[in-house]
Amino acid sequence: MSHLLHRRLAATATAVALGASALTACGSSGGDRAADSGPVSLTYWAWAPGMDKVADLWNKKNPDIKVTVRKQASGDDLVTKIITAAKAHQAPDLVQAEYQALPTLVTNDVLADISGEVGDAKGKFAPGVWQQTTLGTDAVYAVPQDSGPMMFYYRADLFTQYGLTVPTTWDEFARTARALKKKAPDKALTTFSSNDAGLFAGLAQQAGARWWAIDGEKWKVAIDDPATRKVADFWGGLVAEGAVDNQPMYTPAWNKALNTGKQIAWVSAVWAPGTLTTAAPDTKGKWAMAPLPQWTKGQNATGSWGGSSTAVTNDSDHKAAAATFATWLNTDPEALNALVREGGIYPAATTAQTGDALAKAPDFFANQPDFYTRAAEIAKTTAPSSWGPNVNVAYAAFKDRFGAAAKARSGFGAALTGMQDATVADLKKQGFEVAP
Amino acid sequence: MTTLAAPPSARKRPPAAGTTPGTAQGPPRPRRTALLPTAVLALGALYCLLPVAWVLVASTKSGTELFSTFSFLPGTGFTGNVTDLSAHRDGVYWQWMANSLLYAGLGAVLSTAVSACAGYALAMYRFRGRETVFHVILAGVLVPPVILAIPQYLLMAEAGMADTRLSVLLPLILSPYGVYLGRIYARAAIPAELIEAGRMDGAGEGRIFLRIAVPMMAPGLVTIFLFQFVAIWNNFLLPYIMLGDDTKFPMTVGLFTLLAQGSNTPALYTLVITGALLAIAPLIALFLVIQRFWSLDLLSGAVKS
Repeated sequence: MSHLLHRRLAATATAVALGASALTACGSSGGDRAADSGPVSLTYWAWAPGMDKVADLWNKKNPDIKVTVRKQASGDDLVTKIITAAKAHQAPDLVQAEYQALPTLVTNDVLADISGEVGDAKGKFAPGVWQQTTLGTDAVYAVPQDSGPMMFYYRADLFTQYGLTVPTTWDEFARTARALKKKAPDKALTTFSSNDAGLFAGLAQQAGARWWAIDGEKWKVAIDDPATRKVADFWGGLVAEGAVDNQPMYTPAWNKALNTGKQIAWVSAVWAPGTLTTAAPDTKGKWAMAPLPQWTKGQNATGSWGGSSTAVTNDSDHKAAAATFATWLNTDPEALNALVREGGIYPAATTAQTGDALAKAPDFFANQPDFYTRAAEIAKTTAPSSWGPNVNVAYAAFKDRFGAAAKARSGFGAALTGMQDATVADLKKQGFEVAP
Repeated sequence: MTTLAAPPSARKRPPAAGTTPGTAQGPPRPRRTALLPTAVLALGALYCLLPVAWVLVASTKSGTELFSTFSFLPGTGFTGNVTDLSAHRDGVYWQWMANSLLYAGLGAVLSTAVSACAGYALAMYRFRGRETVFHVILAGVLVPPVILAIPQYLLMAEAGMADTRLSVLLPLILSPYGVYLGRIYARAAIPAELIEAGRMDGAGEGRIFLRIAVPMMAPGLVTIFLFQFVAIWNNFLLPYIMLGDDTKFPMTVGLFTLLAQGSNTPALYTLVITGALLAIAPLIALFLVIQRFWSLDLLSGAVKS
């Protein structure tokens, strides 16, 4: 299986365009940062705010392993940058990587297998989270850092005003959306946004979808599977009948809609309080959080949206030291407290989810004092997810196709098929074998 | 509209807009032709200036005002924003500003020097392969620098210079467009007779270039300098690929890290907008200072009769 992941053919195609691969052929002598006898120096590319301060804690205690944080911009561009740097053998020792980027980095031979160094940390994380760093193999390519279990956020005051109850199933969710439209035609329960595929992926994950899987020596793509289709048809139907809005998230218009109560709920993840603080400052204390609605009553599952891990690269001359730091960063109580305080992350380590730093609800949700206790309960129910080597392509196809379909309010069936086809075609183009 | 025009025999030249109204053609026609271009230009100006106006207004808004008040209603938070920006990560923004000034300033000076030498040589000396060299450079104008960023990174990495300030400066020094402009300008501005006269009087080639050619090319060189300065100031991909160390980032890459901080951290919009506004200031200052050198352009042709 690792043979499949390391298929070199894929390495050339993904990130580096035009002529780059020809140059790498002669670029094998770049690793001249030889291990010197003095203290070990590690470079860490991360985007989480305040990461340098957390690293300072480590540096104070471990003078022989010095970690320098180089702050980067998050996103797919960073994945490309890391792959390019790895081609030139200039990648930093440690990188922060989103879970869905791990297969891309592994197929490009960027990440080192650190199962020997970090294997013991497995018990500190929920199985569904840990499994994302192993890609279903015996290897371990990263240590989980933060996770984004999904939840349902709603304006408690407006729900009372309109006599709505908090939906526990998606059927109830649809009924709530329709009931609100009837009572207040200018408002909408929420919007289906086509500019963030992470939300859709999380919803599909909750419904039981596994978009990528390894089948023998081939990749299997199941984006257009019954579970995802159920999710797509559900939201496509709501958008088509006008029960929910069709405008994208994270725009000034969306901020305004949340701030003025034009949209009164948001399907989001545990980090939503931070976003709401800037997007809808006037609504402080008026929101409440509930578990995500379920597909069948009594079920208990959620998806995840966002989250990242700490990985060690093959270019590192001090992999063991780097892996030790990665483990400390993501499992040590002091480090996790600092990560929560400085970086505002939601830790993946289960003990930290109910730790001191998260004892108090976020300011914006002061009306819900048990916010993080409930969040930790929900986090336990995260369904497993699986990512493939071209998540970025699938996400781009989602934006294009679902964007057009949402605008036309025409249902998402064709868009989902298109997303599947685009992903399969790209895998084949990269040189992977794809199971039918 | 042309069908309305009087037959060519009626008059040789149409009156310019706004002149001699009330003649045989009557006033409506010239007015009409003037209105449309003006409207198009005004629309273009609006298109260009509206985003600038938005940045100007948005930078005065505090975080809570930014998306909740009317877009073009000034807010109350400008000084607060500047303070926040300066305080963010111990003032790393000003470090980025200094980096941008270094890359753009030094890069543009070096690039202008190279363009001046190369342009002068290509215009004034006849040598084998001159046209070939010029055409290769001309082809270089057509290659977007974006395409070269990754190969340049791999070359720099090979030379052990990735993630250094030099790795951002070096690729910017040779600008095909600058060399092209340099040649065009040298050919237009420097009369061959003058160079000949210099040689007769016994000046060396270097002296002729520095003392005669460069002063005559000055307005053109100022143009090249400005073009290069703005291009480097706005350059994103090359420093993004080259640099891993955020204390060496130029403004563009630095502001990008404030925007993309991961899904669980909201983007620092107010800081980015204020930062973008402050980033325009050096460019405006540069244009105001350098404007006066452009007027030399009018005199430069006066040597030859």
